[in-house]
Amino acid sequence: MKALLICEFQDGKLLEGYRELLGFAESLGVEASLLVIGNEAILPPFAGRIYLADSAKYNEFDPDAHKRLALAVVDKERPDVIALLHTSYGWDLAPRLAAGLKAALISEVVGLVEGGYEVTACNAKLRRSVLPQTETAVVTLQAGAFPAAGPGSGSPQVERIELPEAAPARIEFLGYIPAEKKDVDLTRAEVIVSAGRGLGKKENVGLVEALAKAFKGEVAATRPVVHAGWLSDSHLVGITGQTVAPKLYVACGISGAIQHQVGMRKSAFIVAINKDRDAPIGELADVLVVADVLQFLPALTARLAKP
Amino acid sequence: MKILVCVKQVPDMESSFRVNAAGDWLDERDLAFRMNEYDEFAVEQAIRLKEQEGGAPDVTVLSIGPARVVEAIKKALAMGADRGVHIQDDRAHEKDPWQIASAIAAFARDKAFDFVFTGFQSQDRGSAQVGALVAEMLDYACATTLVSFDWDGTSVTADRELEQGILGRVRFRPPAVVTCQLNLNTPRYPTLPNIMKARQKELLAFPVGDLLKESPMSSTGKLYPPEKKSHGRILEGEVGALADQLVAILKSETGVLH
Repeated sequence: MKALLICEFQDGKLLEGYRELLGFAESLGVEASLLVIGNEAILPPFAGRIYLADSAKYNEFDPDAHKRLALAVVDKERPDVIALLHTSYGWDLAPRLAAGLKAALISEVVGLVEGGYEVTACNAKLRRSVLPQTETAVVTLQAGAFPAAGPGSGSPQVERIELPEAAPARIEFLGYIPAEKKDVDLTRAEVIVSAGRGLGKKENVGLVEALAKAFKGEVAATRPVVHAGWLSDSHLVGITGQTVAPKLYVACGISGAIQHQVGMRKSAFIVAINKDRDAPIGELADVLVVADVLQFLPALTARLAKP
Repeated sequence: MKILVCVKQVPDMESSFRVNAAGDWLDERDLAFRMNEYDEFAVEQAIRLKEQEGGAPDVTVLSIGPARVVEAIKKALAMGADRGVHIQDDRAHEKDPWQIASAIAAFARDKAFDFVFTGFQSQDRGSAQVGALVAEMLDYACATTLVSFDWDGTSVTADRELEQGILGRVRFRPPAVVTCQLNLNTPRYPTLPNIMKARQKELLAFPVGDLLKESPMSSTGKLYPPEKKSHGRILEGEVGALADQLVAILKSETGVLH
């Protein structure tokens, strides 16, 4: 079996996620080749074939051109599985490829099962096995689901890819807008107390702030909390926010959607407070306190204030 | 301008989920259903575009599923869509994204929609495929995961949400499929008069078999709760006692309390 791994190139850099794609190929035990739409200078050490298309010509983001480049490589390489990361680049490109190939697309894969792949459902509360019905399958991998391969060694066999004719980009890429400067740097905090939708309303965020103060820590939030305007997006932890790894992470009323887990699962010690003992956050927690967060937070804050 | 909005009805994500007897989907008894959250932003953006354009507005809202999905269509009509289309399918949960997209594309193919709006993903399956697949099948441009949308009468300038707070700005022209991320706008609440008005709006229904000719590309093996691999302790009891226990654990195991 053979895998084609489609790497991401953003703002002149090869994104580290390609190592998770290699880790996926290792988990499957298949031979891998890479497609990089970037430039020669950024190619990683790799003892295999790299198909290289020039991003100066095909841009860093041009879904129609990237689709055609990938299809041209598939035509040469004949892979059994084509893998991308489940990121803004991967989930945008993968369906276009699947449509071009008339192949199964299995999104946000978290594991392998007999004859197919495991994905999450219903906010990570459930898992689903999905079986491709086509010979070739396209998959997108959830960030962090497969262990990143080591830095690699060897020099790749580079094969350049060109499109026979240029087509005007239907989606014209105008450039990146950098993240707003954060007024809260959560990446340096030793303790983070994080607010989830389970707090119920904005007024209750004060309970989280009081506990964070008692720990001399910082306040973080999940996407629904930021979305509801209870805290500013500089507090956001997760795929679209900051990635943190404090000594202690206290998740308050957080069910544990994958998008949030990705941003905090490397924390050294995780305490989750949730009245639902089946909440997915329980999978990550070192301690799950099954309690009403509105009652427990004041009790814990008061207990910490005692000498 | 002709606009199509595709919405899905999904179970409330706060529910406790049980798997059905066949082991391949949810046991729907006791579940409350609502419009997929991402699709609310799609409906809102379509209505805003209609309002911006004035003139002869034409927003069609489409949903695939059993009879209950009419509620999601009615909500979109009450928000301001003009016409509902129910593609009737009691077994929609057995269809893969390819089939769902095929049915939508078959409906849309001869209707010359300028824009097709939908949510970036559904909350229950979260495949994030259907919008882009519809675009490929119709040979439309497709912009995914938008957090802004600015139509100047000729082209759209929009921001895609990338990772770590970075945005990617793109420009495209209709015909196009647009998939909407949360925070794209602030979806309006249907007012009572608009809910009443929505009852008079056209609601068409087609059996899915009229539109769907494609076989699935993938199938669900089974649906199951995640394996509990937590090494963690579970503490239960009265909150004062719980606070004492937790502080003792943090003192001995974390080094953040002295």
